[in-house]
Amino acid sequence: MSVADDVQLAPVKMTAPPAGTVPEVTVAMRSVVAVLGVFPALSGLDLQAGSGEVVLLRGPNGAGKTTVLRACAGLVPIQRGDISVLGCDLRKDRRSVRRRIGLLGHATSLYEDLTVEQNVRFAVRAAAGDVDRIPAALERLDVGGRLRTLGVMHLSAGQRRRVALAALVARGPRLWLLDEPHAGLDPDGRDLLDEVISEAAAAGTTVLLASHDVDRATRIASRVVLITGGRVVTDSVGDHHVS
Amino acid sequence: MRTTATMQTSGVQTSTVQTLSWLTGLAAGASLALLTVLGLFVTRPDEVQGEAVRLLYVHPATAWVAYMAFAVTSLAGLLWLWPRTRKPLWDRIAGASASIGVVFTGLTLVLGSLWGRATWGFWWVWDARGTSTLLLFLLYAGVVALRYVPATRDARARRTAIGALIAFIDVPLVHFSVKWWKTLHQEASVLQPSGVQIHGLQLFTMLFSFVAFSLVYAWLMIQRTRLARWEDELEAGGLDAAIVARQSEGSQHLIGATS
Amino acid sequence: MFRDALLVLGKDLRIEARAKVTLRQVAPFVVTVMVLFAFGLDRVLVRDANVADTVTDSVPAAYVVPGLIWLTLLFALLLVVSRSVSIEEEDGAGDALRLSGLDPAGIFLGKAGAIVVQLVALELLLVLGSMLFFQARLHAPLLLLSATALATVGMAAVGTCYGALSSGLRSRETLLPVLVMPVVAPVVLAAVQAWQLALVGEVGDGWPWVRLLIVFAVVYVSFGVLAYGALLEES
Repeated sequence: MSVADDVQLAPVKMTAPPAGTVPEVTVAMRSVVAVLGVFPALSGLDLQAGSGEVVLLRGPNGAGKTTVLRACAGLVPIQRGDISVLGCDLRKDRRSVRRRIGLLGHATSLYEDLTVEQNVRFAVRAAAGDVDRIPAALERLDVGGRLRTLGVMHLSAGQRRRVALAALVARGPRLWLLDEPHAGLDPDGRDLLDEVISEAAAAGTTVLLASHDVDRATRIASRVVLITGGRVVTDSVGDHHVS
Repeated sequence: MRTTATMQTSGVQTSTVQTLSWLTGLAAGASLALLTVLGLFVTRPDEVQGEAVRLLYVHPATAWVAYMAFAVTSLAGLLWLWPRTRKPLWDRIAGASASIGVVFTGLTLVLGSLWGRATWGFWWVWDARGTSTLLLFLLYAGVVALRYVPATRDARARRTAIGALIAFIDVPLVHFSVKWWKTLHQEASVLQPSGVQIHGLQLFTMLFSFVAFSLVYAWLMIQRTRLARWEDELEAGGLDAAIVARQSEGSQHLIGATS
Repeated sequence: MFRDALLVLGKDLRIEARAKVTLRQVAPFVVTVMVLFAFGLDRVLVRDANVADTVTDSVPAAYVVPGLIWLTLLFALLLVVSRSVSIEEEDGAGDALRLSGLDPAGIFLGKAGAIVVQLVALELLLVLGSMLFFQARLHAPLLLLSATALATVGMAAVGTCYGALSSGLRSRETLLPVLVMPVVAPVVLAAVQAWQLALVGEVGDGWPWVRLLIVFAVVYVSFGVLAYGALLEES
């Protein structure tokens, strides 16, 4: 971590919950072992995150970053340990948890044959969200106007990513799980994404973010966690409190 | 301490299962031998059916084992699906019983076909029972096909259990639809082997065949379930080592990163 | 549950309205199968203009047309189910429905409902085609309608369950027929029998088959409502 990163962190930290109050724990992973096939993708991982935090997960390819995010959404079988998300045990309360979290993975989970607006509308209504927030969300991600009624199949990879983000913003879940969100976006889109993430965090959303664009992601992160070999190796949470 | 305790219990279980396997194997072998003697040499040919009556000592019993196997598959599948009773054992039983059931259904069809040829002169007749059995064979062939699709252990167990249940609740529907199909349109009486009178030694031999084939089923079940458990243990035994390897992968990287 | 069902139903129908896969691909397939049936069963089905009453000399169309309709619909079912699964897998988005937070029972009813709507459209095409090509004459509308509606619901329910079971598998295309066809065999049998009896005018004998179709539809719709949650989870 460079000194420049710490300077950049300052404005985000101001928007975090005021000092003294303990932020609500939204994600708690305890000694999690997740085996994909015969491969232990997570080998006893501990991680906690509270509301308003933007946690950057970094580490080499195959370290287990994507698995952490998918495990928080209940998409990965857990052999040992346990995960609680938004106060619910993931094994029991998957459905209600999933309404309140948003996972944006390598795939954008959009229906090719529906328009931009239809896609966002379905996502919002499925999560029992507020449909009135859709127009503003589309505008915020710059996919309103002409693109709104266009089929998703006609969009570029970057535009799709913006649509998926617009759905996330419109739904407004309390936990965002973003897997390489900067990939495929143009410089403007990356800046926009950073703004959107910071805004969400300021409103109390927890953001777990896996990214290889470390310089950019560190700027918006309030914490950096290094994952290697399926467990947390270093966690910057202590550093920040000291500084 | 804890590991030694679990190892001991698993050791005790293994030897119990081993003994059970031996005993069932011996009983199955002995009763099959006795059945062969009774069925081929002691009992006499039937006045109406001739030598073909000897199929009576195998055909109903294989059909019975097939039905029993599918019932066991469904029950085990249900126990796996129910979160409170979920154990890998149920999936092993469901999988083993499904494939053994398909083999026995196939055997039933072949024996029935032989009987049909001897009795009615045709290898295949569209009678209600034969048609139901054929559909049963196809239903569970699908379930077994589903089981052989590469997947993680849990996904495979889930697919097997649900597939087996879908098939199982279809069995009465298939049975009634095919029965009505034959009774509403054609004379079913021609197809009933009404001339056969079973009594005395013949009856005993037939009933004994149920015991013999059930023992064969039990023995096969023990072997298949045990094999599946060994496969699982091989995987699970590797897990701890794999976790350690995975974690050290991390420390290597850490050394590389700090230096 | 029903709110979620309507949402998924609307979504699937909206996708069909835009992509028109059933209209542009399955409907022509259905018509082609009818034409091929005419080739395959020409002695029974084809009325030759030069030879008067070829058809009435042999087996009446009333005995053949129901089988033609329901076998063709069975093939169409496999295609429609496959399509219904594949729209959830686009863009590698196999997790979208699972993550949506929708009630699994609602998802099942919605997806099965969309399949029913598409099958009904194809049935209409099949019936009109049979009347046009094979001079089929319809009788006993009540028996025909109830048998058709129930058979369609039963087939769609089984198809939706197995569709979810085989989603994400590379061998889905080959697995689906092996799984679905034996299970819906009683439906095909019952629907064909009911239709035959209706077309030859023995309406009274047709109703027991409708009862069987009721049981089938109720059993598999209930199964789907109860089990779809387990079907949807991979872990």
